[in-house]
Amino acid sequence: MNKGTVVRYLFGKFARLLVLIAAVATLSFVLVSYSPIDPVDAYVGAAVLKISPEQRAVIAQRWGLDRPPVERYLKWAGHLARGDFGISTIFNQPVLAVIGSRFVTSFWLMALAWSISGLLGFGLGLTAGAMEDSLVDRGIRFYAYTMASTPTFWMGMVMLMFFSIYLGWTPVGGAWPLGLSGAQATLGQRLHHLLLPAATLSLIGVAQIALHTREKTIEAVRSDYALFARAQGESTLGIVFQRAVRNVALPAVTLQFASLGELFGGAVLAEQVFAYPGLGRATVEAGIRGDVPLLLGIVLFSTFFVFTGNTLADIIYRLVDPRISGIRRAES
Amino acid sequence: MLEINDLSISFSSYSFGLRKTETCAIRSLDLTITPGQIMAVVGQSGGGKSLLAHALLGILPRNARVTGGMLFKGEPLTIKRQAALRGRQIALIPQSMTYLNPLVRVGNQVAQAARLGGVPGRESKGAVSRAFTRYRLNQKVISCFPFQLSGGMARRVLTATATVGGAELILADEPTSGLDPASSGETLAHLRELADSGKAVLLITHDIEAALKVADSLTVFCGGVTLEVAAAGDFSSHGVLRHPYTRALWGALPGNDFVGAVPAAMTIAKNGGCPFSCDCPKSDTVCNDMMPELKRLYNGLVRCHYA
Repeated sequence: MNKGTVVRYLFGKFARLLVLIAAVATLSFVLVSYSPIDPVDAYVGAAVLKISPEQRAVIAQRWGLDRPPVERYLKWAGHLARGDFGISTIFNQPVLAVIGSRFVTSFWLMALAWSISGLLGFGLGLTAGAMEDSLVDRGIRFYAYTMASTPTFWMGMVMLMFFSIYLGWTPVGGAWPLGLSGAQATLGQRLHHLLLPAATLSLIGVAQIALHTREKTIEAVRSDYALFARAQGESTLGIVFQRAVRNVALPAVTLQFASLGELFGGAVLAEQVFAYPGLGRATVEAGIRGDVPLLLGIVLFSTFFVFTGNTLADIIYRLVDPRISGIRRAES
Repeated sequence: MLEINDLSISFSSYSFGLRKTETCAIRSLDLTITPGQIMAVVGQSGGGKSLLAHALLGILPRNARVTGGMLFKGEPLTIKRQAALRGRQIALIPQSMTYLNPLVRVGNQVAQAARLGGVPGRESKGAVSRAFTRYRLNQKVISCFPFQLSGGMARRVLTATATVGGAELILADEPTSGLDPASSGETLAHLRELADSGKAVLLITHDIEAALKVADSLTVFCGGVTLEVAAAGDFSSHGVLRHPYTRALWGALPGNDFVGAVPAAMTIAKNGGCPFSCDCPKSDTVCNDMMPELKRLYNGLVRCHYA
């Protein structure tokens, strides 16, 4: 690829991201404005009986809720364009600061789950594909199908019941011990709290990548080039683990990057079950307690996150696959 | 070097429910190759010729059943012996470019074949380089991916891959299909070179003209059986050929009688008779019902009741 192509490619991607963000922002604003949850009611909560209609009107006015939706949208979008996401009503902090600190907590959970599920899934898929129809293959397939049809939250609860309550090995929830702040907790304590939610997400996440890798492996083992390798004296294991690994890994890497969206969705559920104070839990709270600026901020952030994942998948494919990396034909 | 007696290959498969059916691809094949010789197996496309190469290497699918005798250097080719010999003493030149891994540089693929063929690791680089030179491939091609090669270059790479390990028996599976006449001639010349250097070459093809250019003798294969084994010289005129099917093939060549297409024979002979019986001018009820034995006739073999 020459420099011009790269610049044009990145520019095109960036333009698409802007269009996507604009569309998602508009759509989610419309959805939120039709939400049955009244932000003022959600804000005052139990104090609803103690405040007068006049006081409510003051809050609504201060938040601009007395203005028509289109005007509110334009104002919000104008602020967005300047990088101002507003103030979260439930945390009383700028939205970006909340997202930033919550994302760091979520990041370790997602990164751990993502890498474990990716590596484990790829390994299981290769093994199952190399030993097609053997007992091992059947076992892996059974596991993958079961996990593919298991809801994350249910899996989380089963894990909690078994490891935290029955065995007592892991804490019941949170990202660090109760009574401490995040800064006071040691690395060991944080890892201890991370263990169960990360395991839940990994175990579930394995399914898709394992099944996909298995299919690709079987395809590779049955290919002409595998037959030729066999004719040269290569064993099945040699074909799978030496010759076909790259052919199988390419689509797997793409899939894994493209699955960042699902990972995000899974993290929301797992964080809810494990009371893990990450971005997913912040999403749920923002939704339930009518924190519109934070909710919209998270929606836009996750749009960006998933888009980045897909773009990375695309770029990696271009870098690793010689067929689309723009190598020219040879001269004889 | 290689002797095949009454080889048959069949596949079992399950159709509708659990009924097991057996499909016979090769019913009775006989041939012999000696070092320095090119033996061409000529037969129609889709007639199971490639399976012959796969059977010799022991890389048929699991549901295949092979019976009959295969002797390599006088000893039977057992599954274990095949595993030890393939890539080292018996090598395959496959049909098309799809037999190269699309994501691996061709130099590395030739090096892998060299390693499996018994070339020591530190010599493999030199061996690859020599193989590329031998087949007039630019050294730059070593670091190319298969999709960057033209059809003729890909064929030379495949030949290099098969020969880099120094195998003594080369199985060339349809090496000229899809090539222009120049590249095709070049590929055949390479096979001749291999034979002249003392290797035995089994040339599997449907192209009788191409086979006649380089082969020493031809095995005419039809409907899963060997119908005739003849020296290439026997094809210089109509009279010496022994089997009506071979004569029909000969007659169909431009420059000979050019009598028209040879009818497609049965994949597997009906009623157990001769596969050419339906279209043969000489056939009668015996031909329809009984498979003739392979018999010796003026320095060749023929399977015909009336030869």
